[in-house]
Order: sequence, then C-alpha cells, then structure tokens
Amino acid sequence: MENQYDVIIIGAGVVGNAIARELSKYSIRVAVIEKELDVSMGTSSRNSGVLHSGIHYKPGTLRARLDVLGNSLMADLCNDLKVKMNYLGKLTVAQDEEEVKSLYILKEQGQANGVPDLAILDTDAMRKIQPNVGGIKALHSPSTGIICPYSLTIALAENAYANGCHFYLGHRVTALSKQGDGFDVTASGKRFQSRVLINSAGLYSADICAMLGINDYKIYPCRGEYLILDKRLDGSLKVLVYPAPHKGKAGLGIHLTNTVSGNILIGPSNEYQDDPEDYACTARIMALLRKEGHELLPDLKTADFIRSFSGLRAKQTSPGKGGFEDFVIESREDVTGFVNLVGIESPGLTSSPAIALMVKDMVAKLLTLKRKETFEGTRSGMAGYFHQLPDEQKADLVSQNPDYGEVVCRCEQITKKEVLDAISNPLGVQTINGIKYRSRAMMGRCQGGFCLPRIVQILEKEFGYNPEDFLLKSKDSQLFLGKMRQDVV
Amino acid sequence: MQVIKRDLVIIGGGPAGLAAAISARKNGLKDILLIERDKILGGILNQCIHDGFGLHTFREALTGPEYAQRYIDEFHKLGIEVMLETIVLSLDNNRQISVSSKEGFVKIQAGAVILSMGCRERTAGAISLPGTRPSGVYTAGAAQNFINLQNKQIGNRVVILGSGDIGLIMARRMTLEGATVAAVFELLPTPSGLARNVQQCLNDYDIPLFLSTSVFELHGTDRLTGVTVASVDETFQMIESTKRFVPCDTLLLSVGLIPENELSLGAGVNLEATTSGATVDDTYMTSVPGIFSCGNVLHVHDLVDHVSEEAALVGQSAVRYVTQKTVRDSASIPIEAKQDVRYVLPQTVSGKTDFTVSLRVTRPMANGVVMIKDKGRKVAGKKIVRLHPAEMIRVKVKAKNIETAEKLEVSVQC
Repeated sequence: MENQYDVIIIGAGVVGNAIARELSKYSIRVAVIEKELDVSMGTSSRNSGVLHSGIHYKPGTLRARLDVLGNSLMADLCNDLKVKMNYLGKLTVAQDEEEVKSLYILKEQGQANGVPDLAILDTDAMRKIQPNVGGIKALHSPSTGIICPYSLTIALAENAYANGCHFYLGHRVTALSKQGDGFDVTASGKRFQSRVLINSAGLYSADICAMLGINDYKIYPCRGEYLILDKRLDGSLKVLVYPAPHKGKAGLGIHLTNTVSGNILIGPSNEYQDDPEDYACTARIMALLRKEGHELLPDLKTADFIRSFSGLRAKQTSPGKGGFEDFVIESREDVTGFVNLVGIESPGLTSSPAIALMVKDMVAKLLTLKRKETFEGTRSGMAGYFHQLPDEQKADLVSQNPDYGEVVCRCEQITKKEVLDAISNPLGVQTINGIKYRSRAMMGRCQGGFCLPRIVQILEKEFGYNPEDFLLKSKDSQLFLGKMRQDVV
Repeated sequence: MQVIKRDLVIIGGGPAGLAAAISARKNGLKDILLIERDKILGGILNQCIHDGFGLHTFREALTGPEYAQRYIDEFHKLGIEVMLETIVLSLDNNRQISVSSKEGFVKIQAGAVILSMGCRERTAGAISLPGTRPSGVYTAGAAQNFINLQNKQIGNRVVILGSGDIGLIMARRMTLEGATVAAVFELLPTPSGLARNVQQCLNDYDIPLFLSTSVFELHGTDRLTGVTVASVDETFQMIESTKRFVPCDTLLLSVGLIPENELSLGAGVNLEATTSGATVDDTYMTSVPGIFSCGNVLHVHDLVDHVSEEAALVGQSAVRYVTQKTVRDSASIPIEAKQDVRYVLPQTVSGKTDFTVSLRVTRPMANGVVMIKDKGRKVAGKKIVRLHPAEMIRVKVKAKNIETAEKLEVSVQC
C-alpha cells in the first residue's frame, strides 16, 4: 500500500524534521505529516534563533543534556546542510553584587552540564567584548550562538526528502488508532499506516496524545512577541547580552538578539494564550518592546522598526505555576510503537539534533535499523546569500547564470536566481511565505513593497500561476480574488 | 573587474532622473549614463494611470504614463545612454558605483552623481500595526501596481488607512473597478493628501473620510476579515469608547513615503531628520562633493511637475560641477525652518545666485505670508490664501537681497 510506512512523524517543525533526517540514514520508509502548507510554520520559525549554551538548565535534566549535545553537533550539521550559524558568545550581565552571586551559580550549573569555556569577566574584560555594556560583572558563554531557525528547519526537511523521506504538507491529522502492530493515521481524509508513530506536534502534542487515549499531558501556549529592527543597526551588538537571573523575574527577560541576517530582534514577551494558533501582536506589548528597544539602543529611531511577529511556546507549566518542565521524550510502554515528544519548548531548536539521536535510539528498539549506503548528508547550494559573496565570485556566478545578475528584492539584494531556487525547492512551495523564508526576499525594510509585485510576475509568467493560485501562507489566505478586468483578446 | 568612466551618472530613471538627464544634456554635457532598475523608464509614473499630471509644466492634465512618455521621448531623442534592468548595489564617497545586471557586474567611476531613486512606502510593520498577519493588507502603491499593471483583483471590501495622495487615488480606483471602499481613516486632524484629491477621489464618490481616527488592530488568521478602528485625542491616544469593528477583506496603507537613501548613506551623504533626504546647498549638492540629489529621494513632493523642475536645476548644477570643477562655496548661509514651517530646502545657500526655497508648513492656515528673514529683515515673502501641509510651497529669493546675510529664517505669518 502506497501510504504504508515504517515510521510516521507528526509535525514538520525543527524537531520532526531533525528526526526525519536522522531516520533517513536507515533503510526504512519514513513520512512526515504536517497540517500547514509548509514546514517550519509554527514555533520553529517564530523564536529568537539562539543556540543556547546550556547554562540555564538543571543538571541531569533532558533539557540540559540535549541542549549541550545539540549545541556541539550544530556546527557540523549546519556545515553539511549549508545553514548559516555563528557561535557569537553571550554575556550574562550582573548589575549588583546580589546578581553576581547568581552568575557563579549559573557558571557552576553550566559546568555541571558540560558547557565549555565559561568565564566570569570583570567590567573591563566584558567591555572588551561588548563596549558600553552596563553592569559590573558578566558570565561569558562562548558556545552561545545564533542561527536562522527556519533555514535549519527547511534544510533538515529538504535533506530528509533527498534521502527518501516523504512529506505530506497540508495534511492535518484528525484520527489515530492502534491497530495490531501498528497505527492507523487519518490526515485530511487520507489514510496512512505505520509501525512506529512519532509525535512531534509541538503545540498540538497533547492533542495527538489524547487521540491515542493518553491524557497525561496538557500544553499551555505561551506567546512571545518580537519586533524586528532595520539592518542599519547591524553591528551594534558584538555578542548576545542577557540580564542576570533575578528573583521574581520570569523567563529570560526581554532582550536584544542578533540574527544571522543582520536584523536585531527585540523580545520576546511572555503571555499565556488559550488559542494555539493566535499569533497576533498586541498594542500593549509592542509599545513595551519599543520602549525597551529605545532604552537598550539609544541610537534607535522610529523608522528602524520594520516588522513584528509572535511565536508560541509549547509549555507544560500552567500560567499559575510558571517556570519550566523538562522535555518529555518517551517510548510508550502502554502504546507500543508510540514515541512521544511533549513540551519541547526552549531549548528545542538547539537540542533538535540531539533529540533526533535519542529518538533514533528509541526507534532502533522498535524496528531493525540498517544503515543506508546511499545516504547523502550534505545539501548543495550556499550558506547565506549571493550578495554576501566576494565580488569576484559574484561576477563569476553572473556570467554562468544571468539570473544572479537580476536583483528582485532590492532591500535584501536577493537575486532572481535565489527566488527561482526557492520556488523550485525539492519540497515545492505553495505559499508566498514559503518563498520568503527560503529566499529572504520580502524580508527587508520595504517588506515586499518592491519585490512582491515582481515575484507575482515571475510566478505568473514562468510557473503559470492564475490569480487565485497566490496564497500568502495557508489555503484560505489568497492574495487576489481574480482578474480585475477580463483579458482583451 | 571592468571599470568604466562617465562624466555624470544618474541613479534612477523616474521623473527626476529623466528631467535631470535631459537638462544635463541640454546644458552641453555629452557623457551621461542613466541607470534604471526596471525594464522601462518612467518609474512610479507608469502605474499612475489617473490624470492630473503636468498641469503646471504642460498646462494639460496628463496621465502618469503620458507625462513620463514626454520625457522618455525627449531623453531618447537626445541619445542619452541608459542601462535598464540594472541595479546599483553600492556608491562610495569617491563616486564609484557598483552595478549588477544580467550582463554582469560593472564598476563605474562617475565625475558627478545625481541621486534620483525616489521613495518607498511605509509599511504595516513600520507603523507597528497590532493584530494578526493575514493576506489582504497592501501598501497603496503595491495595490496600484497589482491593479493597474498586473490586472489583479485585490479585494471586494476595502478600508484605507491614511489619506496620502496614493491612498485617495486608490480609493477612487477601487471604486471604479467595482469594489466597495468602506472608509478612509486618517490619524491626523487634517487630510495628508491634496485638497483636489479629497474632492475628486472621495467626496465625488461618497467615500467617507474619518479624521483623527486610526486602525488599531487587524483581524483574520488567513485573509483579513476586518479592522478595529477608533478615534484619537490630541496626543494620538486611542479613545477606548470609540472603538469599533469594520468588516473588510482588504486594507490599503497610505501612511507616508520614505526617501530611499540607503545608497546615499553608503556614500556618507548626510541626511536631514525632517525630510529623511540629503542635506543640500542651492546647487542641490549633498554633503559629499559631486553627489547631487533631487526628486522624492531628496524630499517627498506633492506634484511631479515640481520634481521635474527641481531635477532640471540639478542637472544644470551637475554639469557645472563636471565642467568647471567647482568646489563648494565656502561661505554657506544656513536656512532654517521656524514658526509653522516643517522643513525648508535647500538647507544652505551660497548667496551668490538667485534660488528657490521649497518648504512645507506644519498645519493648515489661511491668508498667511511665508516670510524669509535675515536677522529680522525681510529678504523674500509670498502671500498664500490657503496653506496646507500636503502642499509644497516654493518661494523665490534674489541673491542681491541676501548679500550680507548670515542666516535665513523661514516662518509663516498669519
């Protein structure tokens, strides 16, 4: 049967895709089922893009172990997958002696977790790393890094696909049942069967559990809003700067985060929501973030705010309780063959390669895993973008392919070739946001004002799109209702 | 890599670039290159299919493409060199330009540069519009492109935020194309666009304009389903009791234009906070010698006629710079915006030649006099019956009146 698999993974976020890629190294049939029209549409694309060092997690927890391991695996993985990342380092800054004490506690905790090269710096030393930073002492964690989270998620999926994994995008799982040795999965009216079922549904992970009669878990979506700043301010931050933990302060606090693309993020906030799809930005939080931004970056101008977004953390702790629970990663004994991942909030992105290994070991106990000799772990293409290449290399590429000479997105200097590559990616692209996440076009300061009309023309002329075919992000998010006027013959 | 040389390079082939190129050629300069990123010349005028262009220059109401075509024809008749579908990637303070096109990468060393890149629209992100991120939210200019150039129906029931001219024009266009325009909302207590556009685009079609009112939230997870609007007080704070939901599938934003000065900044050109354009002297030379600026990249204009006029002057200045190697006149006299004046341009003058001051007022006024004074002494003035922030005011100043001036101050007296 066509829809019969050895392993089905529910959810094409960074964790699901990392697992898919890991399992694509073996001679088994693997499929990923995703309710959205693209991979990386949930928490995986809506976060700070920070590779955490592991200083914040309680020793002995999965979060501590998987984060530190994931962090150490990331450089090779990104090198293979052509994903841009940077071990930038982080300063956790104390403002007074009380906070300095917490730095030593953090350092000790980090060392217990195996975080490399931690050091407490005095004022001079920390200002050598980040001039003008306020505070008296700082904990320096050089292994803290930044990464483009959706680039990683997309790259994992593309590489898994290239190695034989199937992706069913736009398929929402509506029913699950245990049938003999395996599972029956119904998604958007289509029936699937698998021997092993992996739940990496993120915000919906508890709902997936419930479909199999497991009612042990509840997810409390907790929203974080961000503002994105103009690239003009790139370079203001040499490293990440976080405030030291403080009694009575929840989360990591609102802070500035560099991104690999040069935009600084302000955020995230911390607000519990009922709706796991409510990605709204609110006037109250936006005003708060703007105020924080002006305090943290005195040179910041109103025109530097180019966009806002929000993401939802899949928390297991209720609003009343707060704080963090450890990740749940289990091979269920009561439902044999069900590998269950619940509450993978931060540091899920950093941990993803390590989670994939852990899940692979669980699957190995359920199925015979035999290495596939044809596995190709590297992805073609380049990390980053054409405009970041040296002039000589650019000139060479343009002479090979004139589409590199045509700049479609003016703000981000994204070429037509890069847009075409995004449209023709192995998984296909069904939405304008899919092109945006892959090519970076429309992400600049004019937010597509210039390039969206050009991209629409490319899709129409070179890919045969009709006006109704243009979707922003989901099947009901049409850009156009039709033709304005009938064609004159 | 290939480096070519040109006496004058003009960046941008919209109305400003075209008029500057034509003027430079007519003033005797041969070696001119205009660089345009689009497939055709004319810039944003190509999508402005409504009429009303050229009333001052040609005494005719032309459409945007018609107005552009007159300049394009003349440009080609004069045989000026142009690179189309070519984007300028960078410009440095020695006037070296890197460009990219399908033909490849080229560096150009220019004797003088005229910046005429125009402006971009302020976006939903730039005004931090709260709510969801559905489809159906467009800047007015992008919507104009889709409707007029790409034959796309962008929506049925439209709300427009901002009463800038493009927003007003689009309110009429959407109505003529069969959509319902529910309302235009403007945060300020006065319309941002020209009075004639309020009349001809809104009043004539019974489209309501709500002043001191803004959009405070977007709704809809997939396509826009509506917006929350509310009135604001004098400090632009929302008045909670006036909050209401307006159903719509489309929101057009006409909330301001931003001069596209990223290349200018790369060359070290100093920008003005008020105009977001370059600081210029009365030859329209920027703070970087040999780099000039005109049109909407210098300051956002109300009428294209004014753009053409300004650009022609800049073309002339650039030729003088190239042929006479003129250095900036050292004794520059600053001009400052005072009472009721939002900005003035140029920001400094030599005092040796006659010049025109362009300015905008901060608020609507009646029967005012725009006064230009040197230490309290009037050096120029202009009586105006109706003064409005949407309209650019131009006042001529004679050099002989400012021979001894140290600083000029521009204000409005009512």
